[in-house]
Amino acid sequence: MLTLTCPYCGIAAEETELQPGGEAHLKRFGPGSTDEEFEAYLFARKNPKGVHFERWRHAYGCGKWFMAARDTATLQVFGTYSAQTPHPTPEIVAAIRAHRPDWQPDWTEAPADTPAESLNA
Amino acid sequence: MAEALAKISQVQDWGMIQIRADLTRAGDAIAGAAGVALPGQGRITTDGSRSLGWMSPDELLLVLPRAETAEALAALQDALSTEHALALDVSDMRAVFRIQGAKALDVLMKLCPADLAAMPEDGLRRTRAAQVACGIWREPGGYVLIGFRSVTDYLRGILTGAAAPGTQLSPR
Amino acid sequence: MTETGPFRLPRGGRLIDRAYQLPFRFDGRQMRGVAGDTLASALLANGQLMMGRSFKYHRPRGPIASGAEEPNALLGLGQGGRFEPNQRATTTPLVGGMATTSQNCWPSLNADIGAINNWMYRFFPAGFYYKTFMHPRPFWKHVFEPIIRRSAGLGKAPTEADPDKYEQAYAHVDVVVVGGGIAGLTAARDAGRDGKSVWLVEQTPHLGGRTPTDHADGQARVDALLAELRGMANVTLRRSTQATGLYDHGYLLVRESLADHDPNAGIPRQRLWRIRAGHVIVATGALERPLSFAGNDVPGVILASAVRDYIDLYGVAPGRRIVVVTNNDDAYRTALAALDAGLEVPVVIDARSTAEGALPAAVRARGVRVLTGSAVAGIKGGHGVEAVKICAHSGSGQVTETVDADCVAMSGGWSPVVHLWSHCGGKLNWSDAQSMFAPDPNRPPTGADGKAMASCVGAAAGDLLAAELTGAQAEAATMPVWVMPAHATRKMKFKMWLDFQNDVKVSDVELAAQEGYHSVEHTKRYTTLGMATDQGKVSNINGLAVLSNALNQSIPATGTTTFRPPYTPLTLGTIAGEARGEIFQPLRKTPMHGWHESHGAFFEPVGHWRRPYCYPKGGESHGDAVAREIRAVRASVGTLDASTLGKIIVKGPDAGKFLDMMYTGMMSTLPVGKCRYGLICNENGFLSDDGVAARLSEDTWLVHTTTGGADRMHGHFEDWLQCEWWDWKVYTANVTEQWAQVAVVGPKARVLLERLGGKIDLSPEALPFMGWIEGEIAGIPARVYRISFSGELSFEVAVPANRGLELWEKLHEAGRDLNVTPYGTEAMHVMRAEKGFIMIGDETDGTVIPQDLGMSWAISKKKADYIGKRAQERSFMTDPGRWKLVGLESLDGRVLPDGVYAVDQGVNANGQRKTQGRVTSTYMSPTLNKPIAMGLVRHGPDRMGEVLEFPVAGQESYKARIVDPVFYDKEGSRANG
Ligand SMILES: [Zn+2]
Repeated sequence: MLTLTCPYCGIAAEETELQPGGEAHLKRFGPGSTDEEFEAYLFARKNPKGVHFERWRHAYGCGKWFMAARDTATLQVFGTYSAQTPHPTPEIVAAIRAHRPDWQPDWTEAPADTPAESLNA
Repeated sequence: MAEALAKISQVQDWGMIQIRADLTRAGDAIAGAAGVALPGQGRITTDGSRSLGWMSPDELLLVLPRAETAEALAALQDALSTEHALALDVSDMRAVFRIQGAKALDVLMKLCPADLAAMPEDGLRRTRAAQVACGIWREPGGYVLIGFRSVTDYLRGILTGAAAPGTQLSPR
Repeated sequence: MTETGPFRLPRGGRLIDRAYQLPFRFDGRQMRGVAGDTLASALLANGQLMMGRSFKYHRPRGPIASGAEEPNALLGLGQGGRFEPNQRATTTPLVGGMATTSQNCWPSLNADIGAINNWMYRFFPAGFYYKTFMHPRPFWKHVFEPIIRRSAGLGKAPTEADPDKYEQAYAHVDVVVVGGGIAGLTAARDAGRDGKSVWLVEQTPHLGGRTPTDHADGQARVDALLAELRGMANVTLRRSTQATGLYDHGYLLVRESLADHDPNAGIPRQRLWRIRAGHVIVATGALERPLSFAGNDVPGVILASAVRDYIDLYGVAPGRRIVVVTNNDDAYRTALAALDAGLEVPVVIDARSTAEGALPAAVRARGVRVLTGSAVAGIKGGHGVEAVKICAHSGSGQVTETVDADCVAMSGGWSPVVHLWSHCGGKLNWSDAQSMFAPDPNRPPTGADGKAMASCVGAAAGDLLAAELTGAQAEAATMPVWVMPAHATRKMKFKMWLDFQNDVKVSDVELAAQEGYHSVEHTKRYTTLGMATDQGKVSNINGLAVLSNALNQSIPATGTTTFRPPYTPLTLGTIAGEARGEIFQPLRKTPMHGWHESHGAFFEPVGHWRRPYCYPKGGESHGDAVAREIRAVRASVGTLDASTLGKIIVKGPDAGKFLDMMYTGMMSTLPVGKCRYGLICNENGFLSDDGVAARLSEDTWLVHTTTGGADRMHGHFEDWLQCEWWDWKVYTANVTEQWAQVAVVGPKARVLLERLGGKIDLSPEALPFMGWIEGEIAGIPARVYRISFSGELSFEVAVPANRGLELWEKLHEAGRDLNVTPYGTEAMHVMRAEKGFIMIGDETDGTVIPQDLGMSWAISKKKADYIGKRAQERSFMTDPGRWKLVGLESLDGRVLPDGVYAVDQGVNANGQRKTQGRVTSTYMSPTLNKPIAMGLVRHGPDRMGEVLEFPVAGQESYKARIVDPVFYDKEGSRANG
């Protein structure tokens, strides 16, 4: 049973205080998207053995959703971070790299001036 | 029969106001209207009969004598009128229990997965008590536990059960 | 001899207090033990060697061990609600007055009919059930299954509720040391000296482990450690506390026995500790392995370490003439202990070609014959050992000598107890030198930080002697002996037990290998090796060694089966903890719950809420009560406790924009003071919840959800706000329980409310349909919504929860002459169905979209987006062949059964009748005095008047005509009063 530290209140909460929310950083596809895009958004999940980014809600606590970077095989937690970020933060990437030098991010950083809304609309 | 580990009693005369706002912007206005200093992350501040608890990065709970609730709510709404904020009377949706006695921590350790022994003196911890959500902070001689009104009987049941005489957690 | 049994030794017994005698019963016979005895030691002292029978062959069995690993001595304990099967006699403290029973035997332990299986062992090989009972098929159902069901199962399940209490507790500890032997005590002391918070848990009531028994100054060494530990405030020692499993991130489950020894103490019997450990030190020692020789399961064949435990700890002689058989030096300690206790040791049989260490020398010096290169060829005796047949170990079992004996102390070497280490991924190495698997410190179980969350010390780490701690002298190597003698015949292997509880023998494992079961996990399941309640603690290594030999590969190549928690069984009571009886679940109660109870309400669960289903009067049936309630509402006025409806405040400059995304309809255009019904779908397009939203002010809405939907919808809102549109300025608050809500419903609803008086105008002009107003009713601040779920004139009155009961009582007082009637959820359901209103959970099941329900009117065409919109554009969502909502009118006056399917022409690929629809809601309508139903039917709305057939097994098919789903007041005039 996992323990994850909520980045909003600093509490190390155990799994029974948390609600899982599946893969993090999904890009929403709404009306106007193709069937393939929508299918991928709604159903296709990475489910890797290894580094994974997940959504968790501090349900029996502050009620906030946060993200966790975790190894699904060893359950090592590389870090938790704000849900209000379109991609894992550089700190999280560095923490993962420190333990998994071979691991590569599979996203490209958006330009710094791109508003969050357009990334997730 | 030995004594219960702690005295469990229900508090009926507290009022509560839920406040949601950007605490960095509106913190001072809230503290001013509430008459209690703004608590830090995971803390609760107390001034006389009022306490202000940190519930989340954008949520506070003002605990005060029930009779003062309406006036305090109006003061808060007034102070926050220019902010994007929410202040609500939630006095009726809570159940409040006091757990008083030398072994009060034992009672809570049977119900809550949180490390309450490590909670700071002025800490406020939201967690669960057995199967329901709760918030816990210290008061002289013990702890305060707040939960939801609909499960008052359940809370009383689990607290009383956990405080049963002879069930202290120290090794025998 | 003393009164406490013929096999109690005149002196000795480190753990017993002879001054306190304890009477107890075994299979109805009176016996006496002493304080400090286990049940097993007390039975042995009384000469009761046979304690049960095995599972499959019903072989007579005595204990082979003295601790948690015991596979044989399983008893039923207690009576009535306290009866508990499969309790290990070796770990059960003797309690005065205890009543115990043997298991797996009928009519009695000595004359058991099931033992016929034993004579037929050749016909019950591994996989027997799989092979035999497959064909012919009808035999399975009518012959084999009933017989197997009657004879299967270990022990009997208790039939009454458990009267004992149990509890759980959480702890957060820096270092938890598991095992109170000398290695554990030393590790706890070291961690304690470092200033860490330390727990040491020990499964038995005694600290010190084997050291006091096995080493000359052992007790002094233990005492010195205990003295220092007891002086450390940061160290907690818990005895009678069993670590059962280690899980992710240092989560350790530990069972503490509080009143197992004293059922009348008035405290919980056991406590389950849920510990978060910074680090776990596994100091669980090692377990001795049996030797596989023919007849190794005869009562009186006991592990060598257990024999000396019974002598040293309890002052009990397991036999008077003890033959030791071994492949290592350690077992010689048993010979010495037996001699010291005045017992005979006629011979030590050692499989090794030489035995020249200090221990064998000490035994020889006492005049005991040591036969090296020797083996046991067989055991004479059935219910107990009578003699031991000896042969050369290198041969095939030709008997060279027979020695009379009543006990055999066997030792096949030791295996570290690696369960906790392995539960969460710690890896093992095979040691050829010591013939054992031991933890590999380089591959530990890892925690949240990626570092080791456990480490092993002492014997558990593979340091069997722990010489540094115990002062033991070096011992000669253990010789791997997996079958004794080395070239035993097939016939002998039929009598060599590996798994004593499940009756798995060397011959079974060899057969499994021969039949192609090469994976140890498959062999385990095929033979049931290690699948009994002891989980193969003494059998697994021997079993996989035999399998490896049969497969002609090394033991590490075969590998171990997975170690799974719990290490020893947990009672269901500890797992449930406090959750039983009144506090099994949190029951949510409205402010008016007590009134409902005192007025005879029959409650139904809705989520965790308890809601009145109806209020039967006198001897009224539930059906009659519901009909009466409906007629009263439609004729005059009724009240429904609607407090459970979810109430969520949504506030902020972007609240309208946000609600437009949440609902299929348009909420941003709702004028202040008005209400609007809305539907909420999930992103997959399916209907998730519904309810009425009210606009309280320019930037504030109050959203009603279904009773079960409040927390779910609040979470849904917060999810989108926090994770998708985090720059939108919206705050939500779930205020469901702040308000008590009463639906006042019926043509006289306004009359009744106006009687209560107050500063509020409820006239149709001031409060039209789908409007809300704030004011005061009977002196109580109230918000009144004019919304209707019944089709009648209806006011939903919300007041602060603390005043809900007051409002409710005043309504009933003021409306007596109006026959104001409290009504329950069933009357509400029937009335909404009469009006053709859908119910989330009835008309919807997670696969239904609003368009299926003819609710396109509730979907905004103007909006570019809402949650579920894109999904509803998918081709199968727009397929005209989807089943759609219609009314169904029973042709013969029978109420259609809920959920039945309408059949279509033809059959599907499986040969089943095709279907074209199903019933979603069905009731007897008291208003219309006829059955009504709704259902989803293919092309339903285009097929008005058609008749569908609903076959039901054992009954004449139901027939129903497709009709409009609105059965009552199609014009909707009644809502206006
Ligand atoms: Zn949190």
